[in-house]
Amino acid sequence: MEDVKIGVYICHCGLNIADTVDVEEVSKYAATLPAVVVSRNYKFMCSDPGQSMIKEDIKELGLNRVVVASCSPLMHEPTFRHAIQEAGVNPYLFEMANIREHCSWTTEDHKEATEKAKALVSAAVRRVYYHQPLEIREVSVNPNTLIIGGGIAGIQAALEIADSEHKVYLVERDPSIGGHMIQFDKTFPTLDCSACILTPKMTSVGMHPYIELMTYSEVEEISGFVGSFKAKIRKKARYVDEDKCNGCGVCIIKCPWKAASEFDLGLGERKAIYTPFAQAVPNIPVIDTEHCAYFLKGKCRACEKFCELGAIDFEQVDQIVEVEVGNIIITTGYDAFDPTPITQYGYGRFDNVYTGLEFERICNAVGPTSGKIVLKDGSAPKSVAILHCVGSRDENYHEYCSRVCCMYALKYSHLIKERTDAEVYQMYIDMRCFGKAYEEFYKRLSEEGVNFVRGKVAEVTDRAINEDEDGKLIVCGEDTLLSKIIRVPVDMVILATALEPRADAAEVAKLFGITKSADGFFLERHPKLDPVATMTDGVYIAGCCQGPKDIPDTVAQASAAATRVLALISKGRVELEAATAVIDEEKCSGCRICNLLCPYSAISYIEDEKVSRINEALCKGCGTCVAACPSVAITHKQFTTEEITAEIEGVLV
Amino acid sequence: MSFEPKIVGFLCNWCSYRGADLAGTARMKCAPNVRIIRVMCSGRVEPAFIFKAFQLGADGVLVLGCHPGDCHYAEGNYKTLRRMALLEKMLPQLGIEADRVRLDWVSASEGDRFVSIVDDMTEKVRALGPFTKNSDEEKHG
Repeated sequence: MEDVKIGVYICHCGLNIADTVDVEEVSKYAATLPAVVVSRNYKFMCSDPGQSMIKEDIKELGLNRVVVASCSPLMHEPTFRHAIQEAGVNPYLFEMANIREHCSWTTEDHKEATEKAKALVSAAVRRVYYHQPLEIREVSVNPNTLIIGGGIAGIQAALEIADSEHKVYLVERDPSIGGHMIQFDKTFPTLDCSACILTPKMTSVGMHPYIELMTYSEVEEISGFVGSFKAKIRKKARYVDEDKCNGCGVCIIKCPWKAASEFDLGLGERKAIYTPFAQAVPNIPVIDTEHCAYFLKGKCRACEKFCELGAIDFEQVDQIVEVEVGNIIITTGYDAFDPTPITQYGYGRFDNVYTGLEFERICNAVGPTSGKIVLKDGSAPKSVAILHCVGSRDENYHEYCSRVCCMYALKYSHLIKERTDAEVYQMYIDMRCFGKAYEEFYKRLSEEGVNFVRGKVAEVTDRAINEDEDGKLIVCGEDTLLSKIIRVPVDMVILATALEPRADAAEVAKLFGITKSADGFFLERHPKLDPVATMTDGVYIAGCCQGPKDIPDTVAQASAAATRVLALISKGRVELEAATAVIDEEKCSGCRICNLLCPYSAISYIEDEKVSRINEALCKGCGTCVAACPSVAITHKQFTTEEITAEIEGVLV
Repeated sequence: MSFEPKIVGFLCNWCSYRGADLAGTARMKCAPNVRIIRVMCSGRVEPAFIFKAFQLGADGVLVLGCHPGDCHYAEGNYKTLRRMALLEKMLPQLGIEADRVRLDWVSASEGDRFVSIVDDMTEKVRALGPFTKNSDEEKHG
């Protein structure tokens, strides 16, 4: 082996490191470590002059290993690897010591911080000594994309990618795409009709030559890696032949059986054979076997009788479809918070207490009341209270702000004012009108005569204490601006319910190998700089599955995810993990312990040679097999036992 | 001066290392005693690394991985869990007190949890005092 020549560079990161860590002392200390030929410190190592300093030293001093002590390797490891590569050194002959996140920012005492920084630098130097050059492998990227969830996020991402003439498989669990957005009546603050702006996009998806729409379907299994994933998708039996059905709807008209409509949140009814709403895409009904008389009792078949195209197929079974894709975008959206546990608000006990989403359906022209804002008894309300932050900003339920409730509450106020003569009360904690034209909308509603009352509501009750309250729902709480306990008698209460993670978010996360943040939504790779990627390469997230957001932000994030996918498709190849594991077949005893440990089935036993072998394309470099091998026959590149032992020695100086 | 224990921390790249980063980004303060070594998965942590750390002068070893079910490599942390259960049985035989070795889980969003684990571990190891069997020649090498 040629002589190891290590260069060490201590970054000040402005004052982020230098304020707490004595960088001069660390730099002098590093110079004393074995094989270090140069040790410098500089204000910003990641800057151009900082990188040039390293490159020049490589040329002039013949450095063949580099250590930079600065921020987390998750921030700038690629920057420095690239820099040394430009100077002709293999990018893996580099190690970073994290003396910012793990040292200067978490340590108060300057002396302790300096000592810790020295230990971390010593570990990096001792470790890099053993680094070996690695080869970066590339594989080609399958240009097909899988998108899970057909709400506005999935629709947007699908259209962006398909418009570039690359194939998209859009998988939706429900019988139609559209998501929550298609349930809304109007959208804030523009008051666009939600269906009017969404249905053209839904139609485009339905007829797009590059989109294969799979509704009433769910992904069951994912294997592979970025560039070449395989997905198994279950297409649930609709009992209607998609190729024959022309969506005429006669079957629905003739069906004599009814059930509560999921789309109308149980406020209205649908038939046992149904499309969830009139503009459904695809416009092909499904049979709900739990309510269909034929499936329950073996009799009826009215739909079959009247279908001239013979599209009804009671014998249909679930199908498993396998597709191959290069990238995956998850756009599974959110669940609306169920306020039943907050018993003091009376949801489920009182007739005229509604959730936000239920009120959307009541406002909608094709909803259960044909768009009339009326009470359960059919009369018009004379007064309505909207309670903010139900399930949000509440330590008992969700600590986060759901971001859209203030705005949809304002929208409801406008719709109530427009369609009834009712007095409207907004019971809020803080009005959060953060988006473009949102504050202006708030001002407009103030001018429309809506009553804004600051204070979280304590209780909604029907126990009247005077004549004015008779037969009313009384909203009790404190007006914190007036410091006064209030009782507001109203006819209708709307709970501005939170957005929460999907009930099955944990299973979905596991299926796709991604993680969730503390609030239960999917975790992005970096909260600011990488809000659409996940820790798993080739898997992206967009929309409310990543966190509550409004439609403009959802569309922007979906487009961003599509752009990331298109960049990979356009490049056509992707770099794979270089730090994989290899088996020294001379040492392998053929015990096969590693075979069972590998979560990717990357290790197979070669019967003829009585040894195990790792398929490098499948290996993701976790190192679990390495730690288990009783013959010490497996090497984890970049994490060899030699390297880690040297690092242990280093941190313990 | 009070005894300051040296603790080696093996943290997985995907959850706990990021949790530790987050603690820093949020400027949470914690004991400086845990020195972090990054591994791709807690499943890479060989029991021999833990013995090696004690042999080289560590007073404690902390292993942090993703929460069960959240492993970036599907189930590496379960392998760690199994391995550590066996290791725990061996520790007393080697004269290593149970509190000197800890396996725990920290997600990428749990900077506060990282800090409390580090502080708690540091206190426990400080109470145990220095690990003094390092120089014994019959120890693992």
